[in-house]
Amino acid sequence: MMEEKLKINNVKEGYRQRRFRWLTVTLLLALLTLVLCVSLLLFGNTRYPLDTVIRVLLGEQVQGATFAIGTLRLPRMLSGLLVGIAFGMAGSTFQTILRNPLASPDVIGITAGSSVGAMICILVLKLSGTVVSIVAVISGLLVASLIYALSKIGSFSGGKLILVGIGIQAMLNAVISFLLLRASQYDVPAAYRWLSGSLNGMQMANIPSLLIVLVVFGSIVILLGRHLKILELGEQSAITLGVKTDLVRLLLVLSAVFLIAFATSVTGPIAFVAFLAGPIATKLVGTGAPNEFPAGLVGAILVLGADLIGQFAFNTRFPVGVITGILGAPYLLILLIRMNQRGGSV
Amino acid sequence: MKTSQSLKANHIHAGYDKKIIIDGIDITIPNNKISVIIGANACGKSTLLKTLARLIQPSVGEILLDGKKISEIPPKQLARVLGLLPQSPVVPEGITVADLVGRGRFPYQSFLKGLGKKDYEAVEEALEIMGITDLANRCVDELSGGQRQRVWIAMALAQQTDILLLDEPTTYLDITYQVEILDLLTDLNRKRGTTIVMVLHDINLSARYADYIFALHKGKLISEGTPAEIITEGLIKQVFDLECSVIKDPVSGSPFIVPKGRHHVNYQTSSVTTG
Repeated sequence: MMEEKLKINNVKEGYRQRRFRWLTVTLLLALLTLVLCVSLLLFGNTRYPLDTVIRVLLGEQVQGATFAIGTLRLPRMLSGLLVGIAFGMAGSTFQTILRNPLASPDVIGITAGSSVGAMICILVLKLSGTVVSIVAVISGLLVASLIYALSKIGSFSGGKLILVGIGIQAMLNAVISFLLLRASQYDVPAAYRWLSGSLNGMQMANIPSLLIVLVVFGSIVILLGRHLKILELGEQSAITLGVKTDLVRLLLVLSAVFLIAFATSVTGPIAFVAFLAGPIATKLVGTGAPNEFPAGLVGAILVLGADLIGQFAFNTRFPVGVITGILGAPYLLILLIRMNQRGGSV
Repeated sequence: MKTSQSLKANHIHAGYDKKIIIDGIDITIPNNKISVIIGANACGKSTLLKTLARLIQPSVGEILLDGKKISEIPPKQLARVLGLLPQSPVVPEGITVADLVGRGRFPYQSFLKGLGKKDYEAVEEALEIMGITDLANRCVDELSGGQRQRVWIAMALAQQTDILLLDEPTTYLDITYQVEILDLLTDLNRKRGTTIVMVLHDINLSARYADYIFALHKGKLISEGTPAEIITEGLIKQVFDLECSVIKDPVSGSPFIVPKGRHHVNYQTSSVTTG
């Protein structure tokens, strides 16, 4: 492998190969996403053949299938797909801006910020629907600004931001526990299900707004992908290469917070998807090209795959967040151990 | 070769937060020459370089490029004329040499288009000048310090700027690599006419490789000129608070300083008594 690498001396050939790899891997990821989407429509209490699924999707009324697919499975699959992409893109954006795989919004407290907002809406104010999403976005943005402001005391560093974020996350989790303790018993199971990240009870009504948010802010993230790659070289190099660093960073962080907060408000914080998607995508497509889009696909694959496993692999059904949590926790540990070995700090 | 543009600092004051580090400096960078900024630690030489490279906004005064204020030139346009190699740039994990050097083409790329034919040519040329074509598809992480520094300079070359600023490009390198990097930069200056401005620690290498030297002391420019004109015992005393003898560099003929400490200064006396 190594020798083979050395032999490819031609610069253009190297570029071509890396681009080919990016394209192939991205296409395969897209394909896998599609397969998972279709499977989630096919499987359930009743298994429907593909042509029935297509007939239902085309708007035909099929006894039983129209309800099972159109009302239960389709919204579930679509929300899984969209929030997966949103989590993946937002996570990878944060990780790249702060140049640290730990800097995912679900590790540094931004997801928890949205959760607190949503919990207050659900448990205290008894609200639901769009209002919950708006409050989740606002509280996510507020918490993000708070973390940024706190880590700017003295001099700013990415490592400090991550530590501040982890601290804020712990505080916010305490607030969530408090809200749960004070809530009426009737609301607690619903709140728990939401908090562990679940695609149960998704409705078609959630989809349009989620899609709009994803298209708008996802496009910003993808369009600024190349700028982000330059930011990765450090502030000074980026300015030297003509990047308006403050503007680009602001746009990217705002977009990522919108994506993560909105997605969280719909399905709850699906554990570790934002955290895992970026590093997995980078491993697969390589470091050279922007990886936000592949990371989005990986996010979707994680959510949809985990939902498939959660629904059908065991005798009991598990919410999707439980499965992604089981996948993500060991990776977090490995990452921490590896960082420690390298003698690095956060 | 493009026509060279002139870089000038007009009575600038600059610093971090409220601390003033540059305290009223006027300089004109000589075109198509290698200039070196020397001075003791914390004299403001790095800050001056960063201000010239628009990384720091001067609180008073302006940096002018061909008479135009650089703060008013669109960033990408400026990036095609004025490049900087920072002291410690960040290597993204797992990136290949060619991809990293390719990022030097950012100022030439339109919003949506990727690298094109011209960009590949620029990258290939930069790799060749730095003698690292063989390393093109290797990971930057795997390279030695000297090789890495060449990669960074290649990235700055791919940017194809008329003016290249370098902040201590030889720090942390073995003496062999220091000389090698300075030779490569001299080649670049001679072949392309690139105006080079750098901060260097080693006074003797500065005196050898510089066409022109700026000496800074406590945020002020206290002397400028060719090494032969300005490197004197008096200047070194003033800038570094160091007693020294200035002799002729036996290799290049440029001024060469020999520092005097408190010990080991009895060579001449003892040779006289024994002789």
